[in-house]
Amino acid sequence: MSAEPRRIAIVPAYNEEGAIGGVIDELRAFDPGLDVVVVADGSVDRTAEVAAAHGAHVVRLPFNLGIGGAVQTGFRYASENGYDVAVRLDGDGQHDPTELPKVLGPVLAGDADIVVGSRFVGDETYKPSLSRKLGIRLLAFVVSSIARQRVTDTTSGFQALNRKALALFAADYPHDYPEVEGMVMTIRHRLRLQEVPVRMREREHGRSSITALRSIYYMAKVLLALFVGLFRRSVVPG
Amino acid sequence: MMLAAQTPLKVSLAATAASLVLVLVVFELIRSRRLRERYALLWLVTGTVLVVLSAWRGGLNTIAGWFGVRGYPPAVLFAVGLLFVIVVLLHYSTVISRLSDQNVILAQRLALLESKFTEHESPD
Repeated sequence: MSAEPRRIAIVPAYNEEGAIGGVIDELRAFDPGLDVVVVADGSVDRTAEVAAAHGAHVVRLPFNLGIGGAVQTGFRYASENGYDVAVRLDGDGQHDPTELPKVLGPVLAGDADIVVGSRFVGDETYKPSLSRKLGIRLLAFVVSSIARQRVTDTTSGFQALNRKALALFAADYPHDYPEVEGMVMTIRHRLRLQEVPVRMREREHGRSSITALRSIYYMAKVLLALFVGLFRRSVVPG
Repeated sequence: MMLAAQTPLKVSLAATAASLVLVLVVFELIRSRRLRERYALLWLVTGTVLVVLSAWRGGLNTIAGWFGVRGYPPAVLFAVGLLFVIVVLLHYSTVISRLSDQNVILAQRLALLESKFTEHESPD
């Protein structure tokens, strides 16, 4: 009989001192065998201290790298420390740790290399604004077309990854708003991606980092990246 | 009424070809990952605007008319090109400023880390 897989939760956090302690406590209460690494992305508040006090491994970035750089730091940490499975969730408390089994399940069962928790499969409680909805729909359509696989939530940061996916993202991960491109990358590298429905909570503290003006720039950048990505030769790891 | 000056066809062709080359070079730089998308957007917008203005002679003539450019409409191309170059340079100045700030922080962190290691290694 093989030993239990080593699992770790990767939690990127930028100035989340109010929420991070609760997130870590919930994770550890839900699954005591789950290690937690908090990547404090150049936080100017006490995020790192609070996380350490709650028993998480803390990686402190010397300045703000943005979500892509922060999350990749976590992937590198997990990959270099030999974890079998990683789950990535946000430090603001919007990802509910009690939903962990849904996201981790297919990865632990060996049915998928990466699992993305989607707000749009079967959950009627999430009601985004109209502009946001349009953006989400457009990205879902573009990614589904490129991937030739239906995806609904391309910007979800609630994900579980096995060693293969961890190795890919540790080596190469997009920078600014990485989830969309990350999805396309996994599919182009022939990794098995699966979406599962999850319920997400309202943010407990702070505001989302994506504002209205930024989201236009974001869409332009992401669509450009996806378009250019089509002309890149994909490397299929042996 | 005085007839407004027109963009010569040869000028239009040459300018279109040059701006198309710019767009293609930028595209290839992004593709080969030598240019990040966030910096490439400005260049792509520059290139695209120049392609449109160069190829669409009627538009260039009209726009030149708006700005009171009567003698030589392609002068608008220079103006637009120059404006974008200034914006790109300004953008780079902010990028370089941020990079040097971060470089200082990295150097300090590294030096502090190194001193911690040496203090551990050579106990007196």
